[in-house]
Amino acid sequence: MSTTPVGETLHAFPGGLELRHNKQVACQQPPRPLPLLETYYVPITDRQGRRLQVMVDQGQIVKRGQALTEARNDFDIVSHAPTSGRIGPIVGRDAVWPPGSQTDCLELQTDGLDESIEATPLSDWLHQDRDSLIDALRDHGLAGLGGAVFPSAAKLRGDWDSIHTLILNGAECEPWIACDEMLMRSRAGDVVRGGVVLARASGARDLVIAIEDQMGEVGQRLAQAIESCDIDFPMRLIRVNTIYPEGGERQLIQALTGQEVPFDGLPQDLGVLCHNVATAVAALEAVEGGRALTERVVTVTGPGISRPQNVIARLGTPLSELLAAAGGLKAKAGRLILGGPMSGTALPSDQMPVTKGTNCLLVLTEAEVQRSQPVMPCINCGECVRVCPASLLPQQLFKLIEGQRLEAAAKLNLYDCIECGCCAQVCPSHIPLVDWYRHGKAERRLEQLDQRRAALAKRRHEAREARLEQQRVEREARREQRRQKLAQAGQAKDEIKAAIERAKQKKRGDQ
Amino acid sequence: MMNALLTLTGLMAVVGLALLWLGRRFHSNKDSLIEQINATLPQTQCAQCGYPGCRPYAEAIAGGEADINQCPPGGDAGVQALAQLLNVDPKPLDESHGEHKSPVIALIDEGRCIGCTLCIQACPVDAIFGAARQMHTVIEAECTGCELCLAPCPVDCIDLVDRPDPYRPPRPDYSGANVRTVIPLKVA
Repeated sequence: MSTTPVGETLHAFPGGLELRHNKQVACQQPPRPLPLLETYYVPITDRQGRRLQVMVDQGQIVKRGQALTEARNDFDIVSHAPTSGRIGPIVGRDAVWPPGSQTDCLELQTDGLDESIEATPLSDWLHQDRDSLIDALRDHGLAGLGGAVFPSAAKLRGDWDSIHTLILNGAECEPWIACDEMLMRSRAGDVVRGGVVLARASGARDLVIAIEDQMGEVGQRLAQAIESCDIDFPMRLIRVNTIYPEGGERQLIQALTGQEVPFDGLPQDLGVLCHNVATAVAALEAVEGGRALTERVVTVTGPGISRPQNVIARLGTPLSELLAAAGGLKAKAGRLILGGPMSGTALPSDQMPVTKGTNCLLVLTEAEVQRSQPVMPCINCGECVRVCPASLLPQQLFKLIEGQRLEAAAKLNLYDCIECGCCAQVCPSHIPLVDWYRHGKAERRLEQLDQRRAALAKRRHEAREARLEQQRVEREARREQRRQKLAQAGQAKDEIKAAIERAKQKKRGDQ
Repeated sequence: MMNALLTLTGLMAVVGLALLWLGRRFHSNKDSLIEQINATLPQTQCAQCGYPGCRPYAEAIAGGEADINQCPPGGDAGVQALAQLLNVDPKPLDESHGEHKSPVIALIDEGRCIGCTLCIQACPVDAIFGAARQMHTVIEAECTGCELCLAPCPVDCIDLVDRPDPYRPPRPDYSGANVRTVIPLKVA
């Protein structure tokens, strides 16, 4: 365990890239709430795509903040009605991943009143115990708003006495995403107070808010907010170098503590816990305001959109509405991406709803999507090795996956790849390395799945064979018993005769 | 003369005994070979190879009775793996035993099922659940898609459907477009 406070001296993580930032285009005005829509589509599946337990019936009238799904454990994320209205049918909407699939959504037909259920704030939250804080966060649908949507309750719960520092991750390192930056600018005070909520819920004794050193105004606002915060809790603002992927949880922790999170471990092992700044604001809303998480800031940006901006979108808003609110697509728009340009996902349509993980909609132009040069063979230059933040050997992994030697790739820690895209960015041969890693990871998972299936089938087949054999033996035994009885049929007759004789003699003797 | 003869005889006896012991010690175990072959087979238990299951087929291969290319579910990849294991030349799949198809599972049309239990008796991995005159259903996670339940069904209520597999990101295709947008200022 480190003895120096987290972030007192800054360290570097290996590799990384300095990228040209394009955040400012979307930061001209504060985030603007979208007008109320007629229909919202609230996803009701969990992160694995399994259906959650729905708590409302079709036709039921719900109010904003009313729970639509139930949390069976800390890993289920409760969904709430984004506004008041009538529950419609369950419909399939395009899913972000895997491409071409659909996800089940609950349709909500708005009544236009936008009434909320009664707020349920936690009284005197500063002195509540950890479990009641975490319960409140879970019941209000808290999940990691940085993009991974990890259930906050599951992250916070647990016997982590060793956690000394809560890190609020404001290092939004993707070049176009600006939702966290705008949130920190417009609600710096809430970010700080929300950080204290999460720190209390995790049992941490220290709060560190980490931002990039090039976020000029954000730094000032946060510093002021810390200055004027009325809660007595140790908190510090740390400016880390602006280098991609600084905002990755493991990279940020390494920059702040100088320690690497073990590949098979968690940040908790180092005594720290990392949460996104937007999650902190949502935590404050949940605990102090008693309001469920029903909206988030989304950056709608890119060279292919007319008026780049940040919007406050209710969860369940179709992405097409966000594009429309930002002035619509330009004629040269070529690709829609969820997330940033480095690690985002290309979307097949604009029909999927806003979820808790929707941080940015990036519209690129046709020209940017086109390949300028053909893909060439790997020349072993080692550039990818130099920029890899996970200290992997990207060129080796590529060659092993290309040659279908997935086992060997896994031994070279393929699964530690965070798919940040640095290696593909610097590759002079323009090899789409991350695509290869995604392919390789999935192929090996399927290979292992096949092995597990085969093992199960083998076990069940053997069990069946053994059972059939046992039944055969038992049947044989029964048959044998019957045969013996039959063979002894004559003897039985004699026995009966003898018994009758005995009875007769007895009778005679009596007379 | 006598000394040399004795020395050589003694030497030969010692070496002979050592070889005998080594031969027993590192004896190629036929059972373990069968196990290895069996582990390479896909355990579909479909009997398309002509043997009543994967293990009997493995025994036949080990005994030299069966060829390595008789397993349609394993496909060419399976033949390759067997060839590598047995150190023989790979050959194309023998299509007379069946074609290699994409994985399927059985699905019982529960409205049409009359509860005759014939499919339950046919299933080699006990993946069908039900009782006499009760509706039957296939346990999806345990079905190997062997198709052995199709033939006994008197009302033809079992269909084969594609096995629901997780999404498979394709091998990168260089002919399509690729996203390269941000230009790094410098490598850190």
